[in-house]
Amino acid sequence: MRKFRRWLGRIAFFLLLAAIVVYSVFPFYWAVVSSLKTGSALFSTDFWPLAPAWSNYAAVFREQPFGHNILNSLFVALATVLLSLALSLAAAFALGQISFRGRTPLQFAVLGISMFPQIAVLSGMFELVRGFGLYDNLWSLVFSYLIFTLPFTVWVLTTFMRELPRELEEAAIVDGAGPLTILLEVFLPLMGPAMVTTGLLAFIAAWNEFLFALTFTLSSGQRTVPVAIALISGASSHELPWGNIMAASVIVTVPLIILVLIFQRRIVSGLTAGAVKG
Amino acid sequence: MTASRDSAHTTPLSPLSLQRIRAAWHFVAPMLLVLALVAGWPLLRTMWFSLTDANLAELSGAQFIGLDNYRALFDDPDWWQAVRNTLIFAGISVSLETVLGLIVALALNARFPGRGLLRAAILVPWAIPTVVSAKMWGWMYNDVFGIFNHLLLASSLIDVPLAWTASPDLALAAIIAVDVWKTTPFMALLLLAGLQMLPRECYESAAVDGVHPVKVFFRITLPLLWPALAVALIFRLLDALRIFDLVYVMTGNSRDTMSMSVYARQQLVDFQDVGYGSAAATLLFLLIALFTVVYLTVAKVGRER
Repeated sequence: MRKFRRWLGRIAFFLLLAAIVVYSVFPFYWAVVSSLKTGSALFSTDFWPLAPAWSNYAAVFREQPFGHNILNSLFVALATVLLSLALSLAAAFALGQISFRGRTPLQFAVLGISMFPQIAVLSGMFELVRGFGLYDNLWSLVFSYLIFTLPFTVWVLTTFMRELPRELEEAAIVDGAGPLTILLEVFLPLMGPAMVTTGLLAFIAAWNEFLFALTFTLSSGQRTVPVAIALISGASSHELPWGNIMAASVIVTVPLIILVLIFQRRIVSGLTAGAVKG
Repeated sequence: MTASRDSAHTTPLSPLSLQRIRAAWHFVAPMLLVLALVAGWPLLRTMWFSLTDANLAELSGAQFIGLDNYRALFDDPDWWQAVRNTLIFAGISVSLETVLGLIVALALNARFPGRGLLRAAILVPWAIPTVVSAKMWGWMYNDVFGIFNHLLLASSLIDVPLAWTASPDLALAAIIAVDVWKTTPFMALLLLAGLQMLPRECYESAAVDGVHPVKVFFRITLPLLWPALAVALIFRLLDALRIFDLVYVMTGNSRDTMSMSVYARQQLVDFQDVGYGSAAATLLFLLIALFTVVYLTVAKVGRER
């Protein structure tokens, strides 16, 4: 009887695991399947594309400047990440390694800014963007995205920096190295892995951003991927080209999923450093 | 630990440590300057605009009108509907995410073959951009061709197709379901990290005493996990309160589902009423600031322990 109950428990556990996997993966699987169906097949509910076709994928690039949109997103996300990492490496060195009055309030201010709702700065940001002549220009996005990437990278890099031994710096000071040399030659190499993780998470956040991208760009050639996908439309609002939308969704999601799976352990450590250890 | 390091400096400072403190300020200055420019200044301008009749086409000609925008906002039933939607959305989705995240975290914390695969699978929703999630689910929710209606009709659970995203009763629930799907992984990973930090001894002695697993969960796991859980919860709550993209992409400016962010953006951009929209945005900011203060207090208490 006890053995039977144990078996029952195990079966229930594996059913739970199967349910979790199906729940997590099915919507994306369904997007992939739908993206490979064309014509009336799209409206059937076969769980497998009986006649897989790539025409939706070709249509995405033919009917709007989607290739251009991908390059825009790449440019904006990379520029934002590089700027954030450079600024936050220096700040994290100070916040994580040096004790000075005002350090704790500074850290809390950074954490507070990371909670800002983007809408709360939208009108002020719009004025700035227009004042700098950056409206409908990708640099407006690089500039405005710093509001959410920078606090995040500062916070996470500081938690990583805090774990490095202070003796490193002391030894370098004895050798007569200046602060900048210490940062670039002693700490930068050690922070490499942490910067890859943090950079990747910031990249994903910038790649996915929607509100600023929707508001600060106008022409379809300046759109980033999320805006381009959101604005794909057919002849009327009731005839959305779902095959194209699913194909575009798959195109921009597959690289992200691959990246996330390759770096999964690091991402988990980065996310937890950002929140739990806070 | 911050406190002990800071208090080391009550003794007179040597020239060397003075030099280091100067270096520290040089290192944080660029970051502070950028944050002041992208966060501090725009926030102050938004607050100022909320007291004016600013218009998107002509921002510089704004006239100070006091609290008129706020008065109008308080009289607008659509605004209160947006507040209600936002609070319902945040409350329900964060609760569901916490429960589901806890279940997933407990499952991942057990040892079984293929655990890495399961963790990879739950990361998939997290990796998918929100706009894409909204579209994927929008397709599954489609009233004519969507798979949900197809499956429900085929199993004769419903007689007529449901308008998931168009009917006032279902739309908000449909959006909540997508958010739960998308953010449960984040919750699960944070809680898993918390679970893995729990001391093993408690569980060993509970196992020796033959305590029922359910009792172990409520008497040992949950109380010990509480600090990590509280932080994750508030973190997610702050994020849910500013929800924009999911709602906007799934149901546009529909009044039944409109969140506070969607309302503010519609006023600001579509109706070009920067003053009024800024007032709505400022109120959302104040609401989130209130929760942030709670969060920082919790984080601070957590640190001091």
